[in-house]
This record gives sequence, C-alpha cells and structure tokens, in this order.
Amino acid sequence: MLENEALNTDNAPLRNIYRFGEDAEIALSTHGLRVFYGDNEALSEGDLEFERYKITSLIGASGSGKSTFLRSLNRMNDNIATVKGQIMYRGIDINSKEVDVYEMRRHIGMVFQRPNPFAKSIRDNITFALKQRGMRDKAKLEEIVETSLKQAALWDQVKDDLGKSALALSGGQQQRLVIARAIAMKPDILLLDEPASALDPISTSQIEDTLLELKEKYTIVIVTHNMQQAARISDYTAFFHLGKAIEYDETRKIFTRPKVKLTNDYISGNFG
Amino acid sequence: MRRLFDEELSDLDASFTEMGMLVSETIGKAVVAFVNHDRDTALEIIKSDEQINQREVAIEKKTFEMIALYQPVTIDLREIVTVLKAVSELERMGDHARDVAEATIRVKGTKRSAEIEETIAKMGEQTRQMVKDILGVYVNDDAQAASIIAANNVSVGELSHQVRLDVIANIEKDSELATSGTDYLIVAGHLKRIADYVTNIAEWIVYKRTGKIVDLNPGNSSSFV
Amino acid sequence: MADSILTTENVRLYYGDKEALHGFDLDFPEKGITALIGPSGSGKSTYIRAINRMHDLTEGVTVTGNFMFKGNNIYAPTTDTVELRKQIGMVFQQPNPFPFSIYDNVAFGLRIAGKTKKVELDEIVEKSLKQAAIWDEVKDVLHKSALSLSGGQQQRVSIARTLAVSPDILLLDEPTSALDPVSSHKIEETLMNIRNDYTIIIVTHNMSQASRISDRTAFFMDGNLIEVSPTTQLFTDPKEKQTQDYITGRFG
Repeated sequence: MLENEALNTDNAPLRNIYRFGEDAEIALSTHGLRVFYGDNEALSEGDLEFERYKITSLIGASGSGKSTFLRSLNRMNDNIATVKGQIMYRGIDINSKEVDVYEMRRHIGMVFQRPNPFAKSIRDNITFALKQRGMRDKAKLEEIVETSLKQAALWDQVKDDLGKSALALSGGQQQRLVIARAIAMKPDILLLDEPASALDPISTSQIEDTLLELKEKYTIVIVTHNMQQAARISDYTAFFHLGKAIEYDETRKIFTRPKVKLTNDYISGNFG
Repeated sequence: MRRLFDEELSDLDASFTEMGMLVSETIGKAVVAFVNHDRDTALEIIKSDEQINQREVAIEKKTFEMIALYQPVTIDLREIVTVLKAVSELERMGDHARDVAEATIRVKGTKRSAEIEETIAKMGEQTRQMVKDILGVYVNDDAQAASIIAANNVSVGELSHQVRLDVIANIEKDSELATSGTDYLIVAGHLKRIADYVTNIAEWIVYKRTGKIVDLNPGNSSSFV
Repeated sequence: MADSILTTENVRLYYGDKEALHGFDLDFPEKGITALIGPSGSGKSTYIRAINRMHDLTEGVTVTGNFMFKGNNIYAPTTDTVELRKQIGMVFQQPNPFPFSIYDNVAFGLRIAGKTKKVELDEIVEKSLKQAAIWDEVKDVLHKSALSLSGGQQQRVSIARTLAVSPDILLLDEPTSALDPVSSHKIEETLMNIRNDYTIIIVTHNMSQASRISDRTAFFMDGNLIEVSPTTQLFTDPKEKQTQDYITGRFG
C-alpha cells in the first residue's frame, strides 16, 4: 500500500510547512516576515527556508503574497512597503538597516517577468554593472561575458553578434540575456518573478532548461503562475494563499498528495 | 532539448524491465521446483513474492508522480499508461508463480505421473520464455513482435489442454492419481493464466505504439485450464 | 463543410514581400470552440487578425485568399469593416476596457449602433455581463470605472462588451496569458458557458487550456497549418509528427 497520507478534508491542518533536516544546507531563510502596504498587511508569517542548489517554486493566485514575498527577499519592497521580520543570509539579517542593499543584491539577484535588457549591445548588457564596479580588465570582462552567456544557454546563438543591440533579440533570448546579466555578478541566489509568463512554450522550455543547468551552481527561487512549470522544474514548492505560505513541501508531494485542502484545490484547478 | 520527463521515463522503463526479469525468473524457478518436488525452493518463492509486490507499488507510485508533474499527452501518456497497466499484469504473474510453489508443497508425497510433469515442464519453459520475450519487445518498442508473442499463447493453451486430457485418462486408469492430478490441473491453469497476461502486455505494447486498443486473444477463452 | 459559418481558402499574408502565411485552408463550423496553437511566429495570431481585417490598419500588409463569412466575401471592397468587426468580434491579450464605467463599456457598441433606449440597453448590458460570468461581481457597481477592476474582471468585461453587439464569431487572442490561474479559469468557464451560442476561435499558448475547453484544435507552425483535428484526437493521437513533438514539448 502507498503511505497513508490521504488528504483529510475534514480536519485538514491549516498549514503544513516543510522543515529541513540538520544536514541540509540552507541558503536563505525568513523569520516572521510581514509586509505592509500602509496599514494593509499583504504578507504575514512567512517563515520559510530555502535549500542551497535547489529550485523552489512559489505558487498561488494573484494577491496571494508570493511576489510580495519574493521581492522582499532582496529588498525590492523597501520603498513601497514596510517589511518586518528577519531574512537570514549567511548568518546576517539582510533586512536590517545596516545592510548595503546594492552589495546584497550582488549576492541575491532578481529577474523579472518582462525581459528588461538595457538598450545597449549584448556585451554591454553584461559588462555594464561590472564596469560600474570598477572592473577594467578587458580579458577578464570578455571571459565573464562568455561564461555568463554559456550558463544562460545563449552563447551559441549570440557569440558572433555580441555587438548587436540586445533589443534585436527575441523575447526568450532577451530573458536569457537578463539571466546572464544577473549571473555575471556571481550571485548565490537567483530570484525570478514569473520569468517565462510573457514567453511562448518553446522559449519557456529554453528558460526552464537554463534554470535546470543553473541550479548546479545557484539557489533558485521562482514565482510562477504556471503550475506545470513548478511541477516540471522545482524541487520544492510553496503554495501561498491570502498572504500566508499555506503549504511548503517537496514538489512531488505537493502535486501528488498535498496535505492541505486549499493546496489540493488550487493545483487541481478547482477554484470554487 | 532536454526533457526531465525522458530521464524519468527511462528510469521507469528500467525498473519495469527489472521487475519483469525477476518475475520471469520466479516463474521458471517455480515450475522447475514443481517438477523436481523441491520444497525448499518453493518456500523461497513464496517468501520472495512480497518483493515483487513492493516493486509494483514503487513503479505505480512513480507513474502517478509523473502524470501529476508532467501532465503527459499522446505518446508520453501512452508510455506511462502502458507501464501502469503492464506492471499489474507482472504482479499477477508473480502471484501465479507463488500459487505454483504452494502446489509444490501440497503435491509432495502423493503418487505422480512423470509424463504429465514433463508436459508441465515444457509449458513452464514456454511461459517463462514468453515473459522474457515480451520484455525484450517492450524495450525495443516493437509492435509486430508483440503480436507474434501473443500468438505463442495458443501453444501454451494446447499444452494445457493436453495436461487436462492426460489427467482425466490417468484418473480413469488409477484413482490414486486423483490427488496429484488435481494439482496438475491447477498448475497448468496458473501457467495458462500467466501466458494470458503476457498477451495482455502485448496488447498494451501495441497500444503504446499505435494508440489503438486491440484484442490479441480473440475468441480464445481464458478459462482456467 | 456544409454548415461552415466561416471558410478560409488558400490564405496567404505578406509583410511587404515576405510571405508570413503560406496558403492553407481552414473552415469553422457554426458554434463551438476552435483553439489555435503553435509557437510564437507560427502565424496563428496573424491569421485570426486577418479574419476580421485587423491588418487593414497596418501599412505594408497584404492578405490574399478567400475569406467567406456566411456566404459573403470578407475582403470584398463593399464590406463594411465596422459592421464586420461587430459580427466577428475580437478580444485581446491585455484587457483593454475604455476608461468609462463598466456599464458604459458594455453599452458602447450599442450606442454607436444607435440604440439609446435605457430599458433596452439595461437589458443587453445585464445579459452580456451574465454571459461573461461577471454579472454577480459587478451588478452593484455598474457605474464604477472599469479600470478599477482586477485584470481578470477587466477581461470578462471586455468579453461582455464584445458580446453586447451580438456577434456570430468571437476571436480571442491569448485572452488569459496576462492572467493568473484563478482568473484564467473564470475566462474558461465563461467560454464554456457561451460555446453553444457563438463560434469561438481562440489563440492560446497554454496547451492544457486548449485541451480543456476546445472542440477542435488547429496546430500552426512557420506560417503553415499543420493539422486541424478534434481536440481529443489531437491530444491523444495526432496525425502529424510535428504536432506530436510540439504538444509533448519536444522542441529541440
């Protein structure tokens, strides 16, 4: 018989949050995270841990708090909202005032829904921030351009056109360029906010391939509306509902036997 | 382009084939033990049936996960459905092998017929070979061969009919052969069932290839003996 | 097909000299949902825009072939495109309500057509919003700005606005790709509700959406129509290998 973990609809636990064992390497964790837009609490009790070199998906309806949560992780909400609680990265609370946000974002990069390359050449898109930080060594810059584009699975398609405008690329290629730009900064953690929702299935599949390659070296947290995408590529999935993480577990478990009825209804498209 | 689905599917195929080999071996061992009156091997087989059942459960669980995670369509869906259906056929074959082992323990000590046991041995060998062949067909994804193997089922059916005639003739001659004769009928019945399950797997392989659900055993009764 | 409401034959479309649709035939029976799927650049959106002459507005685009709607040539010089687009309405990817009230959005096309009687407008507005499955959510706030609604609600108001002028055919160009799963689901429900009353042609990137809601699916690639089949067949046993590769995600 299969393990007896049938969904209990009558006495379903309100929440079911996965806790990693002692030996798991945690790249990032949140403690009592609460986000307010004015007086309006958009997110509460986001206590989640993210394992290193894994892909974690955040799913849930619009307004469930998943993007708010993601954006809080590298302080994108600083000027829009009040973010309370701790975000622990390498033993430091990066949600504290003392933290240099720009430095922190070198470690925790973000890729958005709409590809947003700079109106510059493909090469300059990648070297821009590095040059800003004072890197002048041409050979070194070229090397980073190549490795970043290779990691983002774009190198073969653009290596002969590095001087071409990034805006001439297709949507899917632009998105991979943006990912290359993010990894050129050698971050630890890559946050992605619906990176494929503006793309067609083929480009989406290329982005997914890229992410599967990248997880060898990076910890990835991705917000997606595409449940099949979460199912296909992520190791862990967190389901958000009304500003709370309701269930967080191995993706396989979430999609075959979730423990919370709300999760079950959402992933099976039973939206009431 | 890389598809995680393909990687998981090849793992699934490997587990399915492994389980099939185990079942095929068990059938072979069970029949040899029966004709050799080998009680120890029979006991071993009864014990090892649990292993086959556990493999079935693990493979089923894996197919459920793959359906939930990848929502496969067309050929992908048919591959998964084929494994899911075929794995329960394998598990049932394992149950019949266990039943043959149980008959081995029962039949010990009663008066026997070497001639009938020889027919049963032949039936057992054919059946075991059919199971082995169907796994080869599964791996090579060959719809044509699947029908050929299913046709072998007729030969097993004929042998089983032979066992039946011989048992009746024996009992008419010598009523002391009634006890072993009953077990011969039962064992022949189990082997015939196993061959029927091979035909069912062959049907699923045709489905996997073509999307058509076929009956490769038309008009043939699947009565026990 | 004898009872086709729309037939298109030898459809070709050119951007300048470059041929983007390469001459295919596709017919639509009256009522029901046909989904058009295919990668970006396959021509599916280009094709539905040709059906209600949206390309007329774009410089350098030439459409050739026969487009017959209820026995009339869509591309005849005498065709009144405003009237045509009333009968063949279009809903776009991004919800695009006018910056008016919900009520005025839905009544817009009716007023243009000269209907001004309040009783009549009230009735049609209510009926259209009900068909678009949004009446219950907006019936008490009909005079609120449509822009104050959520994306999914705006999209359903856009559908109601299109339905208000009683079209025969509803064209939808990726109507849910900007929406989350819950809102997408409501749009799908809306389409299922009206499938028996309208001929619906929907372009979607979401293959599970196509398989969930449509009666027929057409697969496009590189400006060609590769296959059109009943949806259950296309997703279980497609005729063409290209279709199979695409719907199983073998893009390589």
